[in-house]
Amino acid sequence: MRVPLTWLRDYVAITDSPEELASRLTFAGLEVEDLEYVGLAPASQPIAGLPAAGRSGPPARGLAWDPATIVIAQVLEVMPHPNADRLTLLRVDDGSITEHVVLTGAPNLFHLKGTGPLAKPLKIVYAREGAVLYDGHKPGREVMTLKRAKIRGVESASMACSEKELGISDDHDGIILLDDDAPVGAAAADYMGDVVFEVKINPNMARNACVLGIAREISALTGAPLRPPALSVTLTGAPIAGRVGIEIREPGLNPRFVLGLLEGARVAPSPYWVQRRLRLAGTRPISNIVDATNFVMFELGEPLHAFDWDVLVGRAGSKRPTIITRRAEPGETLRTLDGVDRRLDAFTVLVCDEQGPLSMAGVMGGAESEVADGTVSVLLEGAAWDLISVRQTVKAQGLPSEASYRFSRGVHPGLAEKGVARALELMRQWTGGTVARGLVDSYPGRPEPVVVDITPAEIERQLGVRIPLDDVVRILRALKFGCEVSGDHADPHAIIRATAPDHRLDIGTGVVGRADIVEEVARIYGYARIPETLLGEVLPPPHPNRDVELEEQVRDVLASVGLQEVVTYSLTSPEREARLRAADAGGDEVAYVRLANPIVVDRVVMRRTLLAGVIESAVANSRHTDRLACFEVGNVFLPREGEALPDEPRRVAILVSGARSPHGWQPADRAPMDFFDVKGVVEELAEALAVTGVTFEPGEHATLRPGRTARVLVDGAPVGWAGELHPAVAERFDLKGPAVIVAELELDPILAKAIDRNPTRPVPVYPPVKEDLAFVLDRSVPVARVLEVIRAAGGPMLAGATLFDEYAGDQVGAGKRSLAFSLTYQAPDRTLTDADARKIRDRVATALAEELGAVLRG
Amino acid sequence: MSTNFDQIEKDALEALAAAADSAALEKWRMACLGRSAPLMAALGTLGTLPKEERKAFGQRGNQVKQALERAFEEASDRIGHAELASALAAGAIDVTAPGRRRGRGRLHPATQTLRRIYAIFAEMGFQIYRSREVETDELNFGLLNMPPHHPARDMWDTFYTTAPNVILRTHTSPGQIHVMRERCPQPIRVILPGMCYRYEQITARSEIQFYQVEGLAVGRHITMADLKGTLTAFAHALFGPGVRTRFRSDHFPFTEPSAEMDVECFVCDGRGCPVCKQSGWLEILGCGMVHPEVLQNGGYDPREFSGFAFGMGPQRITMLMHKIEDIRYFFANDLRFLEQF
Ligand SMILES: [Zn+2]
Repeated sequence: MRVPLTWLRDYVAITDSPEELASRLTFAGLEVEDLEYVGLAPASQPIAGLPAAGRSGPPARGLAWDPATIVIAQVLEVMPHPNADRLTLLRVDDGSITEHVVLTGAPNLFHLKGTGPLAKPLKIVYAREGAVLYDGHKPGREVMTLKRAKIRGVESASMACSEKELGISDDHDGIILLDDDAPVGAAAADYMGDVVFEVKINPNMARNACVLGIAREISALTGAPLRPPALSVTLTGAPIAGRVGIEIREPGLNPRFVLGLLEGARVAPSPYWVQRRLRLAGTRPISNIVDATNFVMFELGEPLHAFDWDVLVGRAGSKRPTIITRRAEPGETLRTLDGVDRRLDAFTVLVCDEQGPLSMAGVMGGAESEVADGTVSVLLEGAAWDLISVRQTVKAQGLPSEASYRFSRGVHPGLAEKGVARALELMRQWTGGTVARGLVDSYPGRPEPVVVDITPAEIERQLGVRIPLDDVVRILRALKFGCEVSGDHADPHAIIRATAPDHRLDIGTGVVGRADIVEEVARIYGYARIPETLLGEVLPPPHPNRDVELEEQVRDVLASVGLQEVVTYSLTSPEREARLRAADAGGDEVAYVRLANPIVVDRVVMRRTLLAGVIESAVANSRHTDRLACFEVGNVFLPREGEALPDEPRRVAILVSGARSPHGWQPADRAPMDFFDVKGVVEELAEALAVTGVTFEPGEHATLRPGRTARVLVDGAPVGWAGELHPAVAERFDLKGPAVIVAELELDPILAKAIDRNPTRPVPVYPPVKEDLAFVLDRSVPVARVLEVIRAAGGPMLAGATLFDEYAGDQVGAGKRSLAFSLTYQAPDRTLTDADARKIRDRVATALAEELGAVLRG
Repeated sequence: MSTNFDQIEKDALEALAAAADSAALEKWRMACLGRSAPLMAALGTLGTLPKEERKAFGQRGNQVKQALERAFEEASDRIGHAELASALAAGAIDVTAPGRRRGRGRLHPATQTLRRIYAIFAEMGFQIYRSREVETDELNFGLLNMPPHHPARDMWDTFYTTAPNVILRTHTSPGQIHVMRERCPQPIRVILPGMCYRYEQITARSEIQFYQVEGLAVGRHITMADLKGTLTAFAHALFGPGVRTRFRSDHFPFTEPSAEMDVECFVCDGRGCPVCKQSGWLEILGCGMVHPEVLQNGGYDPREFSGFAFGMGPQRITMLMHKIEDIRYFFANDLRFLEQF
């Protein structure tokens, strides 16, 4: 909300600089997001131009009006320009000895051109040569210095200012015409210089979406007394009683409805000071009647609605109109004042008469009963509405407004009467109308007073600081709570009975109410005065955190073998994941957790695999590197039949592609990585976690290249896949470089097998015997099977068997291959002899020959 | 006969001087010190000489033999050194060529920051607690003191799923309810890290998904002073022991009183810079005393128990610490970014 400083000063004395005030409000929960100088100068930089940024507040910006060059003046005569029809020359008195002639093209003086000396001079803001202003002819806000120039043969060094040139608004359609009380010769900055605070209003601060609310906070924070506006109305008209009725159908939706009547009004522009304030608050002045409703909304926080009384009387056939508030009926429509015909929803509350809808309650008025230039009498509505209904209507109709902003956050029904009274008085002053005696007030939803009992001890229990009872009472009273104390003021258990003021809806009862009061006290007392202590509370019993620790260990192991961790989006699209299927599996509908309101077309579902993401990372990097070795640990989201929430298993994905050594330059380093690099990573991971029973078996997977695909198992149960990307899949991802090898494994079953107390074996003391043996076998016999037979046949003294060479070719014959193994024999208790070694070797060779048809190469 | 020895010595030494490599040297040794060498032949005639000449002849002959042997040793050393030197020279490599680096794997910058946060809070007794990312509306809002249509819901732009009342969590706060219901009435000290989602345009400053770390402490004697002390200790551990903190009133539906913690800008030491938008302070986290409704929904009686909670964005902290200007770097996974950590 935008709050001008001069408006605040109507209700509370302010001695802080704007920066200090901004900081004070910010610390109390009313964050000042922006400070805009509109005429006044920041203390740190007294003269014009852009102010320096504040030291500990928001960045200040704006324009300071130089008191020497920007002053109040009066126009004595509007004269024609000798050479230009569209320009005029103003004879101006700026309080100095001589008069000046000022050139202007302002259309709002054009009708006075050549009418001779004005009977009543017009007050303007006059800028002398050298004044720093915003350039009125350029878009946005560009600072310029006023220089002497000749326009169409007439020399001009000064200017009559528009609002845009002074930074009050973007209006450059005419010059500012000030109220008659403006003192000629005074600095404009002194007369109407301002600073606008842009205050963020949190949901619990709805009561402060008004100038008086902010002033009340300042009063509580500084101790300066609050001077609320007078709510007395000069009533001279015929009584309103009996001239209009109110019927509230659902008090839950409309707890209060107040009507007042102004007759004999003359619609005209508001006084300039009102227009300026409304501009600075962020709204456009319309007319004295509409401006009065807006002024009171900004001042007190009560949005009002003005109906043209004569239209209502006419609709009622000159009988007594009755205002009815109710829900919209099916199919009902209303033409709103923006000229749009709107279909109304059942949750929308309407203000109607017996003939039909007049306005959408708290959101927007109807076109027919709108106040217009010819309006003479005004029926003024002040009401309270159910905030949920207003929220739903605003959302459905796409109609945010200053009024609905407030009603959708909650406006206390106590404000309705005050708002109507205040606005009637302002309208009376600004329009010359008379106010009918009394109000018509229907208040079926009067809330119970909110009373909270609280003790200094309870406040201390929450805040950790003892605030004396008298200080608590002083704070609450400054915030307009009613306070009664029972007990000794020095007793921390003395009870303060606090009654919430009738502008607040945010104070609860019981334990919630106490928390609400504690917050109010803490805010005003100052968070900075609460000490800093370390938790003295007993430590909670430790809960095993192994799951997290193991996951972090997985990351460490994978990074330690040279893989870069990546984090990819969990939001993806079915199309992105469908690219993982080499063949188009048409009609294969995969179940996804699907967004109802996606924000981008390619992030519409929660991923079911990590692979698409890591491959997309490879694609993104392929533009600048042909090597990638990475992993991701993350969740996938698998909808479950009959369950609202999906399964969210953790997985790990691994991807490698390109040269084996990241920076190598020799041929062996440049060799591309292959399946065995990924398999090696998985083996390292299993070993690091002491997970046994991890095996790979040939398999088929839609994403992976046939013949280079393995199903990964733990104790025979599948946990995932490893393999080279199918060329068709690589093509779909537009990967043209070296082979890409990936793996995706379920983490939970693997980590469930991890042990951190794996037993160790003693280190052998007797020397091993090593020998290399090569066998010729059918190519179809897998190495895993050969090793299995070797280990079984070798017995306990075979300490190790490692494949170190594979050969296929002429020497071993078609369909065959030679596999060379390095065998290590060892006994725990003695040095093995040649005879021992021979025995083991013979057993191995025999078993391989018998079981796999292997021939020992000699 | 004596002139014979002089000549032999002279000839042999000359021949030795001409030997350039170990093969020539070996040839010389055979020729001059071998069985058939002239010196050996001469010494072989010793027995044939008259007795009185034998002594002088023998002495002279052995002198020459020793001299030649000595000369051979010297030549052998000299040539050996030279040959080794040339062999080493032939095996020289270009040590300026790049090394064979194994390639150090790295953790994602978000993981690195998360771990620093975990470690700091672990020292203060906070353990990690995680919960699901796809949540019910009730856990994400309702039980956190935000019934349907509550105005505070506007603070979170939410992704809804096609399943009724199922959403992507907008914060890790549902974990507060999960952990309280699981552990009530034990005291609690946990941090709740994880991925969260917001219905927001993807820009340099906002993302549709992001990491969050929340903290929760519940017990019988926990105060806002404890909250301030704990979070200031955290700020000192993460940003430096001298860094100042300040707490501003703010609003969150699930805490009351609520606060925003600012840390003195560590880029400019509080003097004002573009990172802190000239304010000298950086907004680091939101926090507050757990709202009584939330305590109650977790099973704790707010008349006996109190607690504090806080939440921060580890990516934002990473961005501040490393002057990262675009949050999209985190999930773009460009190696040229990731390899700087
Ligand atoms: Zn800074």
